[in-house]
Amino acid sequence: MSELPLLSARDLGKLYGARIGCEAVSFDIHEGEVLAVVGESGSGKSTLLKLLSTELAPTSGTIRYRMRDGVTRDLFALTEAERRFLLRTDWGFVRQDAREGLRMSVSAGGNVGERLMAVGERHYGRIRGTALDWLGRVEIETDRIDDLPRDFSGGMRQRLQIARNLVTHPRLVFMDEPTSGLDVSVQARLLDLVRGLVAEMGLAVIIVTHDLAVARLLSHRIMVMRHGRVIEQGLTDQVLDDPREAYTQLLVSSVLAA
Amino acid sequence: MNAPSPAETGYNFAYLDEQTKRMIRRAILKAIAIPGYQVPFASREMPMPYGWGTGGVQVTAAVIGPDDVLKVIDQGSDDTTNAVSIRKFFAKTAGVATTTRTAEATVIQTRHRIPETPLSEGQILVYQVPIPEPLRFLEPRETETRKLHALADYGLMHVKLYEDIARHGHIATTYDYPVEVAGRYVMNPSPTPKFDNPKMHRSPALQLFGAGREKRIYAVPPYTDVVSLDFEDHPFEVQRFEKPCALCAATGVYLDEVVLDDRGGRMFVCSDSDYCASRRDAGHRGEMAGDALPAGQS
Repeated sequence: MSELPLLSARDLGKLYGARIGCEAVSFDIHEGEVLAVVGESGSGKSTLLKLLSTELAPTSGTIRYRMRDGVTRDLFALTEAERRFLLRTDWGFVRQDAREGLRMSVSAGGNVGERLMAVGERHYGRIRGTALDWLGRVEIETDRIDDLPRDFSGGMRQRLQIARNLVTHPRLVFMDEPTSGLDVSVQARLLDLVRGLVAEMGLAVIIVTHDLAVARLLSHRIMVMRHGRVIEQGLTDQVLDDPREAYTQLLVSSVLAA
Repeated sequence: MNAPSPAETGYNFAYLDEQTKRMIRRAILKAIAIPGYQVPFASREMPMPYGWGTGGVQVTAAVIGPDDVLKVIDQGSDDTTNAVSIRKFFAKTAGVATTTRTAEATVIQTRHRIPETPLSEGQILVYQVPIPEPLRFLEPRETETRKLHALADYGLMHVKLYEDIARHGHIATTYDYPVEVAGRYVMNPSPTPKFDNPKMHRSPALQLFGAGREKRIYAVPPYTDVVSLDFEDHPFEVQRFEKPCALCAATGVYLDEVVLDDRGGRMFVCSDSDYCASRRDAGHRGEMAGDALPAGQS
């Protein structure tokens, strides 16, 4: 593992006309690190995630990323082809709505194999073998490989999405509210799975969530956003157990104790 | 043959006005320069419904000259409605000679088949294309498919083939089988059976594709590589037929199944009617070929 950060954002901002999407966001993330971004709806979490994953271009600031060859480059100076290659090899994106992250009319095996085929794998047997292996790792019965994701439960869809993203062994995974919409026991199982995979593969994860319990379970560090700005960041336990900002205190105290 | 003057027929030569033909020719030249790339063009209304070959007719109208000999086939046959009406259309509006003989034709407009008789240099094969975009059923957004073509991002095509094998045990796509042209663009060969894909590879004839409704023209210049997509462990294969043609006993050709009665009777005959007829003229007899009646009987 390198001393240099995997991704570093400096002074990142996005304006929607005169309205602020997010503003002056700076942070570093290293391999193996899980960073949670929390805040209420409209606080700029999703805008930030879109900027980081290059779906949106920032109004100001830079994002630098250390590529697999060790060279750190400005993400917005990459060509479109390079960016797409990065997106489907070195990055993953787990969406809140699995329908956006999966091809619903393509079988589970095809969903997992798509990235492999996109980077040039042309051997059916090997693609299928890898897909079977990954379905096993995300606890989907291997006899479901030829079923369509629309016949899957919500929890299975999310697990399939994770398999589809991790099959190329990315180093950085973005997750946008991956557990919302799932019931509590399914959530717990998914979080367990993600935690295992993150540790095993040394992934860096940037996870956006409004659920502080998810942040506490998964993340090492946390950023609290409000009105497009980062108002507090630090180690997850520190921030959640001893919040400094009034707003963070409010967030923490609003969680119902089970 | 001299072209009839517009005053005689009421039509400009080959129906379209000269400016339109120039516009289509520019699109064709660009298509030839970038093999497999879909060039947009300002497709015109033609006096026939979409799906009947409006794209092919416009391409043919733009390339045909008074000295050309035109052949039109529909599903391999020269005698079906579509083929007959398009042949008549050009006989009337351009006064060109028409033929059913592949070897005699200089321009061949086709729907669904490439003739069995090998094409030669100087011939032009014009395809009528309903859906030019090979990625359409996988990616409905036109902006996105254009981007995928621009970046040669064709993993999706293999997802489709993967699904075929996963569901059927083999690649079940039998027509409109995607090909890679000149090592760059992935192209739909129009709904020809995949049996004809190998004929496109390094063909000495110029191949032009016109999609009227979708307003696209694309081309494969002579002697260009056309490779059918496949997997290493599931290589591309063409259809095979167990029996030879029932009329002319040809093997290694594409056969049509013809149902004869309601008790399961059927026969397999050449889909290329010209090829079948010329073999029978040369004396080849299939197992169901009847004997010619003596003169005077009917």
